[in-house]
Amino acid sequence: MSYVFRKVVLFVITLWAAVTLNFLLPRLMPGSPVDAALGKLASAGVPVTNAERRAIEIQLGVPHSGLLPQYGEYLRNIATLNFGTSYSFPTQTVAQTIGSALPWTLVLIGASTIVAFVVGTLLGVFAGWHRNGAADSSITVGAMFFGAFPPFWLGLLLLYWLAFKTGWFPIKGGYSPGTSPNLSPSFLSDALRHSVLPAVTLVVTTMSGWVFGMRNNMINTLGEDYVTFAEANGLRGRTVALRYAARNAMLPNVTAFGLSLGAVVGGTVLVEGIFSYPGVGGLLFIAVTNHDFPLMQALLLVITVSMLVAIFVVDLLYVRLDPRVRRT
Amino acid sequence: MTVITSLPPPEASGHDRGPAVNLPSGPARPGVPAPLRYLGRALRTLWGNGKARAGLIILGLIIVMAVFAPLIAPHSPTATNFRPYRGPGAVNWLGTTGNGQDVFSQLVYGARVSLLVGLGAGAAATIVAATLGLIAGYRPGLIDEVLGFVTNLALVVPSLPLMIILAAYLQGRSVWTIVLVVAFTSWATGARVIRSQTSTLRTREFVTSAVFSGERLLRIAFREILPNMTSLVAASFLSAATAAVLAEASLEFLGLGNPGTVSWGTILYYAQQQDALLTGQWVMVLAPGLAIVALMVSLTLINFGIDALSNPRLREKS
Repeated sequence: MSYVFRKVVLFVITLWAAVTLNFLLPRLMPGSPVDAALGKLASAGVPVTNAERRAIEIQLGVPHSGLLPQYGEYLRNIATLNFGTSYSFPTQTVAQTIGSALPWTLVLIGASTIVAFVVGTLLGVFAGWHRNGAADSSITVGAMFFGAFPPFWLGLLLLYWLAFKTGWFPIKGGYSPGTSPNLSPSFLSDALRHSVLPAVTLVVTTMSGWVFGMRNNMINTLGEDYVTFAEANGLRGRTVALRYAARNAMLPNVTAFGLSLGAVVGGTVLVEGIFSYPGVGGLLFIAVTNHDFPLMQALLLVITVSMLVAIFVVDLLYVRLDPRVRRT
Repeated sequence: MTVITSLPPPEASGHDRGPAVNLPSGPARPGVPAPLRYLGRALRTLWGNGKARAGLIILGLIIVMAVFAPLIAPHSPTATNFRPYRGPGAVNWLGTTGNGQDVFSQLVYGARVSLLVGLGAGAAATIVAATLGLIAGYRPGLIDEVLGFVTNLALVVPSLPLMIILAAYLQGRSVWTIVLVVAFTSWATGARVIRSQTSTLRTREFVTSAVFSGERLLRIAFREILPNMTSLVAASFLSAATAAVLAEASLEFLGLGNPGTVSWGTILYYAQQQDALLTGQWVMVLAPGLAIVALMVSLTLINFGIDALSNPRLREKS
């Protein structure tokens, strides 16, 4: 199990580096983000206790003070999820704000990534198997065209035609106003209806990577001797394509799964912003529009750490998929 | 020194080679500087690939639009002398903005910023990627470990949120800020690919002979190894440029660029600010987005051509 051990060590080191990067970033920036943040809170008339002021300073940089003591306090604050108060949501702590947004984004990203992966990979298998045919050309050209769509732009167009013009889908939000999140069937179906347009936007704009990756892997795999052998044995085309070629061609795509999340997360920021979706991306959209540095910084940390955890989980799952890594 | 014998024979010298394919060697023209001849030959090779040719034509049209913008645009992109919120018509082909500017003229001029940011940030990211990738691949051991770790870290930090936050702090209000931010966040993939290719080239005979003839590290890396992976470098340049076009549009759309410049991203920004969709001006949203898509598709098509040239199995006719 040395593979797992190495992955755990790497995960811990990467996590530490990401947390430290998050500490250094606002301190390396020109100007004084902490003054800007405190000034905004003051001008909005939000009462700030000394503890909250300290938490914001630790996050964004204390003027005229050593870095090392600040770093120690920063790590303690991170461990206790103490990110201070933000200008955009003054009535709750930053941790509460992000905590209530996180489930929305996890469900949205999780569902759209899985759909995009499954559909994209199948299309890639199909295109690779019928390479250079009409189906291959139309799948490749189509995937490339949709893959070039800026997610926020597609979101705007869908919003206009499918929500504003026709009224088929709700225009904004994650659930109907007047209801509060719970797990009743009526609320869940309402939330599902609200998530269709953002999810479709993400699926359409992120699917092309899977299509191309899978198509190219398929074409490489189809040149292997064992595929020729399977064909020579008179196996059905579909059996050769799915059970011999696709199974092996899929490995690189699974490896890419973790990293590809970055693109989805990036797309989510603007897409959630456009649909006023109550997720993490929508929060970042609000934070940036308001120049709300404490919220921004905490969001970057949460997004990065979630990515690291996701990649770590994919790495561990990989052990089951590819027996070779268990032996080395 | 171990030499991997199963690999194809090494190319004799690093100086005079294009992509790893048989190039139609045209007549040597004296007087044309080597890099230009190089580029010309690469373009001619790409032209032979159907997808790449389509990409080159679209990119060429966009470049023409950017260069001759003053001749093509019927109006000034910034003059506010039209009736605002006008739909598409004979005078304003794509309508007018809420400030009374001609959207079509803005679209034509906007090509300049998108091209500049795309190609500029793509080039900057590729320079970083090639330098780090070459050094890491050529120097196994501690340097490689450290650079590899930094590269992996840069790969896993989601780039768009990082870009957004950097741009929000910097508030540089200049196109160059965006170029820098995009370049800073999008070099990692290229660095990793170039690193692994360098480490396989490192043990070839022509590199060994360069080492024995006493050439310096940087010269070996850049003059001997680099020219043997032109197609890889070109591919990572095009991917970085494609990502940069999208990133620029996203940052401008968020209002993190300079709202005073005319670019496809700022047209979308103002369309959103002025509720263009609510007033029925969907053309103002559709047109700049399609322009972004066209530029990204052209870069991707050229990249496909390079892929097909360097991987014979992906070629269209086998």
